[in-house]
Amino acid sequence: MVKLAEWRGKEIFQKYGIPLPKGHVARSAEEAESLVRHGTVPLPCVIKAQVLAGGRGKGGAVKFAATPEEVRAAATSILGLEFKGERVKELLLEEKLALSQELYVSLTLDRSSRLPVLIASGRGGVEIESVDDHEIDRQPIHPFPGLTGYQKRRAAKVLGLSGGRAKSLDRLLDALWKLFNSEDAELVEINPLAVVGDGLVALDAKVIIEDDAAFRHPEYADIRDDRTPLEEIAREKEIAFVQLDGNIGVIANGAGLTMATLDVLSEFGGRPGVFLDLGGTDDPKKVTEAFLLMAQARPSAVFLNIFGGVTRCDTVAKGLVEAMRQVPASERFPLVARIRGNNEAEGVEILRAAGITSIPQLKESAQAVVAAAGGRP
Amino acid sequence: MSVLVEATTKVVVQGITGHQGTVHTRQMRAFGTAVVAGVTPGKGGTTVEETPVFDSVREAVEKTGANASCIFVPAPFAKDALLESVDAGIPLAVIVTEHIPFHDMLVMYHYARSRGARIIGPNCPGIAAPGKAKVGIIPNVVFRPGRVGVISRSGTLTYEIVNGIKEHGLGQSTCIGLGGDPVVGTSFVDALPLFEKDPETDLLVLVGEIGGTAEEDAAEYIRHHFTKPVVAYIAGRSAPPGKRMGHAGAIISRGKGTAETKLAALEGAGAKVARFPYEIPDLVAEIARGQARR
Repeated sequence: MVKLAEWRGKEIFQKYGIPLPKGHVARSAEEAESLVRHGTVPLPCVIKAQVLAGGRGKGGAVKFAATPEEVRAAATSILGLEFKGERVKELLLEEKLALSQELYVSLTLDRSSRLPVLIASGRGGVEIESVDDHEIDRQPIHPFPGLTGYQKRRAAKVLGLSGGRAKSLDRLLDALWKLFNSEDAELVEINPLAVVGDGLVALDAKVIIEDDAAFRHPEYADIRDDRTPLEEIAREKEIAFVQLDGNIGVIANGAGLTMATLDVLSEFGGRPGVFLDLGGTDDPKKVTEAFLLMAQARPSAVFLNIFGGVTRCDTVAKGLVEAMRQVPASERFPLVARIRGNNEAEGVEILRAAGITSIPQLKESAQAVVAAAGGRP
Repeated sequence: MSVLVEATTKVVVQGITGHQGTVHTRQMRAFGTAVVAGVTPGKGGTTVEETPVFDSVREAVEKTGANASCIFVPAPFAKDALLESVDAGIPLAVIVTEHIPFHDMLVMYHYARSRGARIIGPNCPGIAAPGKAKVGIIPNVVFRPGRVGVISRSGTLTYEIVNGIKEHGLGQSTCIGLGGDPVVGTSFVDALPLFEKDPETDLLVLVGEIGGTAEEDAAEYIRHHFTKPVVAYIAGRSAPPGKRMGHAGAIISRGKGTAETKLAALEGAGAKVARFPYEIPDLVAEIARGQARR
């Protein structure tokens, strides 16, 4: 999933006509000061760290300023922050509005009903998880008629809006629904949605775009979640690769089998470090690449656990043997292999010829790798 | 009677000329499935694995009487492929394709439903009833005819578990890999009634994963409506807390979605819970022995 920073989310909001405060992005304190000196952002203003984690207000990542000097000081202090592990590199400066109320609206998917759901609450401006269930209204939206008039009227009622404000909400929800679908969003959230005079203004923007829709959204290609350099290489090679802080490398195929493998390793006192999901492949080169990538992560031991379906055991065995030939002596690691399923006999034979034994049972093979990594069993 | 597929099921493979389409046409045949047609627009009139290829699903249905579709079409075109199969009157579509945007799946699911068609998947290994038919990609070697039903959200983990059941000397009635995408055509709750009324299924193995609330929903159904014994396993107990799906996602699945909540719900509904995949065959065998004594 592609989580967008607030300012990027607001760029999209603007495209769909969702009302926003006047604002601008700054990447240095000088730039921030100059934005208010030139009147691009009116004073007083709010200065917000552009990080993905929530709780910015409480964490000192949002400050208010009434003069250019204060803006500069606030920008300097926020740009120096490391907020929940994320270094602040960008700021969003926005005019400070006189608001009378803070509301919450979002659109997301409800997997159980397989329907998008419009969530509305009169308790905006706080984390929605902390709001009582009875103060949150959920309306499922069927994709064919889409968002209907009566649903928007109900949302207005729930939010306590009437007259011009209800009309403003009507337009805003239409825009939000259109955005949710056209941009392939997993989540569009406005919290808080501020009541300002007779209208509504989106003070924050949280937009998450679905990865699987990337093929029709080249515009998001350059926005990446935080990844380690190895994770980045793996992504380019279409190998799912996750780095944790343990010392056992796991190469498996399929998310379920990978998770089950981690469960079993943990049970025997192993600490999975890197795990790498080959997915479905019948190219031995991809298997070799996966192992070479794994070697770079310097694991204490590696567990290969494959159940061959699309990925055949002989393919995996060939790729593995080739990788073992290529890995430099300084990067060698103890290996425990378990290959089952399609073409198992051929695969086991290829490994045997190269001096590698495949241990057929999951429990025994997991215990062997934990021992090889210097763990308990 | 098995679940959803029969010896009489006639399969059309959409995307048959692609590599996976061709390979799995051969495998489905080897399983004993009647693969009667393939569809690839523009390749009509050719044959793949001795199977006639048509330009459209409608033609394939008219000429061969196909009544189930197996879709291998790449993600950007999968929605169109499914809509075409539904409009051609095919009541069952197994979508193997992965990475279909969920916004597309929303349309596909609700359209299929409005026309009385069922989707299995996407991003799933499909369905197989040993001795009868297979629509999908589950390796043939893991099966052996028997009386254990299997439903799973996983792919390869399903193979692992089905194989474990076989190695224990037991066999399967029908196995369905539902797929783990955010929007699936058939969920546990949709599949459970089919196994409940299948006279060839004596007990059911349910394989879940962390995330979402499908297993909690299944537990609720099992508690009230499912009378056969259930053995459940949830993968991901030790998984690190991953990237969450934002705040709105959290309030939808309030207090659900972890391995603990799923296992507790299933155990509460009377299921026998396996902590690891290799505990499943023993639990299954124990129940099967009890049933044999009765």
